[in-house]
Amino acid sequence: MTTAAAPIRAKQRPGDRVFSKSAVFAGSMILVTLAAVATFLIVQSIPAFVADSEDASILDSNFWAYVGPLVFGTIWAAALALLIALPISIGIALFISHYAPRRLASVLGYIVDLLAAVPSVVFGLWGIGVLAPAVQPIYTWLVDNLGWFPLFAGPVSGTGRTILTAALVLAVMIIPIITAISREVFLQTPVLHEEAALALGATRWEMIRTAVLPFGRPGIISAAVLGLGRALGETMAVAMVLSATGAITFQLLTSVNPSTIAANIALSFPEAYGINVNVLIATGLILFIVTFAVNAIARWIVARRAEFSGAN
Amino acid sequence: MTTTITPPETRGPTAAPVSNSLTAGKLPNGAPWMVLGASLLVSAGLFGVIALSGAEFNWVGTFVVAAIIYVATITLLSRIVEGARRSTDRFVTALVTGAFLLAMIPLISLSITVVTFGLNRFDVEFFTYSMRNVTGEGGGALHAIVGTVLMTGTAALISIPIGLMTSIYLVEYGRGRLARGITFLVDVMTGIPSIVAGLFAYALFAIFWGPGTRTGIAGAVALAVLMIPVVVRSSEEMLRLVPVELREASYALGVPKWLTIVKVVLPTSIAGITTGIMLSIARVIGETAPLLIAAGFTNSVNYDMTEGRMQSLPVFVYTQYANQGNPPEAYLDRAWAAALTLILIVMVLNLVARLVARFFAPKYGR
Repeated sequence: MTTAAAPIRAKQRPGDRVFSKSAVFAGSMILVTLAAVATFLIVQSIPAFVADSEDASILDSNFWAYVGPLVFGTIWAAALALLIALPISIGIALFISHYAPRRLASVLGYIVDLLAAVPSVVFGLWGIGVLAPAVQPIYTWLVDNLGWFPLFAGPVSGTGRTILTAALVLAVMIIPIITAISREVFLQTPVLHEEAALALGATRWEMIRTAVLPFGRPGIISAAVLGLGRALGETMAVAMVLSATGAITFQLLTSVNPSTIAANIALSFPEAYGINVNVLIATGLILFIVTFAVNAIARWIVARRAEFSGAN
Repeated sequence: MTTTITPPETRGPTAAPVSNSLTAGKLPNGAPWMVLGASLLVSAGLFGVIALSGAEFNWVGTFVVAAIIYVATITLLSRIVEGARRSTDRFVTALVTGAFLLAMIPLISLSITVVTFGLNRFDVEFFTYSMRNVTGEGGGALHAIVGTVLMTGTAALISIPIGLMTSIYLVEYGRGRLARGITFLVDVMTGIPSIVAGLFAYALFAIFWGPGTRTGIAGAVALAVLMIPVVVRSSEEMLRLVPVELREASYALGVPKWLTIVKVVLPTSIAGITTGIMLSIARVIGETAPLLIAAGFTNSVNYDMTEGRMQSLPVFVYTQYANQGNPPEAYLDRAWAAALTLILIVMVLNLVARLVARFFAPKYGR
């Protein structure tokens, strides 16, 4: 990038020294910030780990019993969202990269990116005002006709503000992320592979199945995991849409729903006091660890196939 | 090898004698459109009959049922005429297009909802009054707009120098362990959930001003934590695009390294960097959770970053929705109007960023 290590060294000017020192300083600020985030979260969390219901009014017994259902709800909602979003996102990415007319493709990509620009609080309003009433009749039908299936067991929620609705909103929010990354990876498929497949008489789908998808698999996986990380940390949309009771249940359509860590913090923090604040910060620490682990997995998958390093 | 020259008589029943061998066994070009039109007609007829019995005409249902009829019909037709392989191809084409159209439903529905509800209160009063001493109708979001501008501006003031200098370090100076460590940490920072950033800022300022204080500067710090990695990432990408030859030409003329960066590298990449910074502002301006935690909410205008709670547009949307008074419509209208304002700001930022990228990009080639 710059001068190679030559025997003759350039003259060190004061301007150079100031500039390089400030660049190093700025880089170190990142280190300091992250260290500060970790330190403050851990220090503030320690009182919560040993607290019981006498210290903190929001605890029933101890901290782990409080955070357990929240962790379950967070992972359950994010997993549902990923399950809905992944096939749709791959479809959209394929449509933009291989089906849409070349001239339109970038415009269509921009339109999907618009979804990512909508603030989450607006998704929350939309989820409550439009989506929940719209899907409620479908939920009723599902419970009436498919109620024997454990996930769809009744009684149906009257408002439609269930974990499935929250997962739908989350899915809409992570679709642009997964789509953007998969689209980039699909576009990187070697053209020669595609043309070879077509020349052998493959239909478009056979070409995609044999050339594009195998090439893009690591990219799709890392995109999915990054989307999952985003869904785990999403706060306002879930806090507004979900009417949570805090139970651990797999049922999708009832009014008994688990809450998520982020939504619970947003809803409880403004009124929290004393040790309750520490308890909520400790749940935040656990969310931080979970998302860190998920993102680390995504990076590991990307790093295994170095050619996709440009994909995120 | 032998399969490519299979004689036609083993093709099965569809390979009947036909006049034109080139278009044999193939649906006509307009077939998908005709089938699509027919599916829409059948579906509309179906829902029209239901609507006759008094129910409202179900637009979404019409399109969903039409899509299902279309996929089934085109797959079946193609299977009869063109065989299994082409039929699968048509099936997947329909599914993939359907996935794209499906994603358009929330976008269109969201835009229509925000514009229709938002325009109810999108008036002069909304932008010139705060919510101080307002209950029920009237009032506005002036305090929230002031807070959003102040906090996002401060966050930008913190994160643009740090982010830009970090990316310069990574591209121009960074070697060895520190650079690799910083790249890794920027990755980690990108993944911090926004609410955790809010908790961090709250905990940090609780030390200085005691527990329970919520100030504008805390909100700005929370936003900066979210903004720095985005700025670093986008600027780094842009700086790496600058050709090495430009730097080498500058060095060859005896220009010091720091002047090369300031006078050659940065001007070349400034359009891309500006775009990245504007997009990062657009990203954090809609953040609700960290501001709810760190800056709190209030009904009054507050110009002081270091003293007292500060309202912001996204938190305004949330509080208007969450603490509805009487009449609730007034509160919901204000929430939607603020949502419309917020989306307009984000859209304008996005649009300007793309225009900057297009019109101020360096001209290569001659």
